[in-house]
Amino acid sequence: MPDSRFKILTSASTSGPGDAGRTGSWRVERPVIDMSRCIPAKSGKPACHLCWLLCPDNVVSKEIEPAIDLEYCKGCGICAQECPVQAISMVPDADFLEGADSE
Amino acid sequence: MSNSIIESGNVAAALAVQLARAEVIAAYPITPQTPVTEKLSELIAAGKMDAEYVAVESEHSAMAVCIGAASSGVRAFTATSSNGLLYMSEQLHWAAGARLPIVMCVVNRAIGAPWSVWNDHQDAISQRDTGWIQIFAKDHQEIIDMTLKAFRLAELVHIPVMVNYDGYYLSHTYMPFEPPDAERVDAFLPAYAYKHALTPERPESLNTVTLPDARLDVDGIKRGGYMDIRHNLHEEMGKSIEVWEEIDQEFQALFGRGGHPVIDPYRCDDADVVIVAMGSMANQFRVVVDRLRQDDGLKVGILSLQMYRPFPSAIIAEALQSARHVMVYEKGLSYGNQGALYGDIKSALYPFPARPRLHNFIVGLGGRAIPTESLYQTMKTACEQDLQTPSAQADAPQWIGLQL
Repeated sequence: MPDSRFKILTSASTSGPGDAGRTGSWRVERPVIDMSRCIPAKSGKPACHLCWLLCPDNVVSKEIEPAIDLEYCKGCGICAQECPVQAISMVPDADFLEGADSE
Repeated sequence: MSNSIIESGNVAAALAVQLARAEVIAAYPITPQTPVTEKLSELIAAGKMDAEYVAVESEHSAMAVCIGAASSGVRAFTATSSNGLLYMSEQLHWAAGARLPIVMCVVNRAIGAPWSVWNDHQDAISQRDTGWIQIFAKDHQEIIDMTLKAFRLAELVHIPVMVNYDGYYLSHTYMPFEPPDAERVDAFLPAYAYKHALTPERPESLNTVTLPDARLDVDGIKRGGYMDIRHNLHEEMGKSIEVWEEIDQEFQALFGRGGHPVIDPYRCDDADVVIVAMGSMANQFRVVVDRLRQDDGLKVGILSLQMYRPFPSAIIAEALQSARHVMVYEKGLSYGNQGALYGDIKSALYPFPARPRLHNFIVGLGGRAIPTESLYQTMKTACEQDLQTPSAQADAPQWIGLQL
């Protein structure tokens, strides 16, 4: 067993949203879910949820209408790539800035 | 020495690893380390050791396997030499930064180019800043005892330990030594437990991208950034010296050997001139010291440095303060500057106004013979001239035994 006089600092962490700080600021594009295509939202049943399963940062909720925590979503796009019904699209974050051009 | 056996230094190392009940051995053969790995694989194949022998394709992989094993709470061991040690260098930094208590024997050999299979210390010296604890054995008994103590130290302070011993001079020569009693070793070295041991029940991310600044983790607990973690490694390496001394005391109580874990001085008490060396050369110098005292009436002593990293500055400064001259003999150097050990000793003595004059000698690179007679003559000449060389000249390393 380690000696109690030693702190033995290591970089070990339990994965979860926020483990690497407020990573939402890294994002260039954000995932937007079209609930009319999303399998659980459309069926009203706890089905599919591949976006929840595959998100590397655990920021997608496992709900009938999955929600994405944009505070921590890095915008990697894995959920959009993996969604079997193409319900998720990646939209430039700049479009959501206040005063962004709306065509 | 009732239970003593006559065997090679490499077998002494392998027997220590068997006694330590290491559970994973991953190694790639390289001269002069090869017989250690051969002996361990024989012991495992014969059912005399309950361990997994992972045959890897390189030293980099050998250390990577040890890192994986130690991360899952398994006692791991590897051994290498020379260019093999350099090939695993990237993983050495990793093992230290991850605070994994891996033990590795380094059978010291020169580094190519030009290719050489013979002994010097440049392999270990070149890895001195990896964050590994580095200790040097000077005979077979020390190889087996130090390797066992190294497991204990590594697992108490969670810093990997490199046990160095000279290629051929120690690895391939046969000497009598006493293997410690297995039951007492079990009492001395309890089973390894790692606080971050990976288990499916408690998944963790280890050593992922760690930001420059401290951060709050998912549970809201403040966790250090890279610099905090590295500072802790530095601080706790320094504190490892006293733990190493305590381990030596416990070992001495159980096995009756020890007492000089950090430095091993021989006839230094009244010495005007103290020689400093590491490894087998320090034993060779005992003969020289005896002769200089007996035949020439010179008050000379030899101080063997057993622990090179962390560097025991305070202990060295205390041991060398009352000498008039300190002669540092080493088998490696910091190219373009001076002997690495010499620089360290000079820096340890700097705060003391009455510090001794220092002299640096480079010997035995790439296996160039170090005849005891030439060590004796070099020392005798230096002492007879009363070491009155101008300061600038004394500070530059003198190369002993050049043939061109």
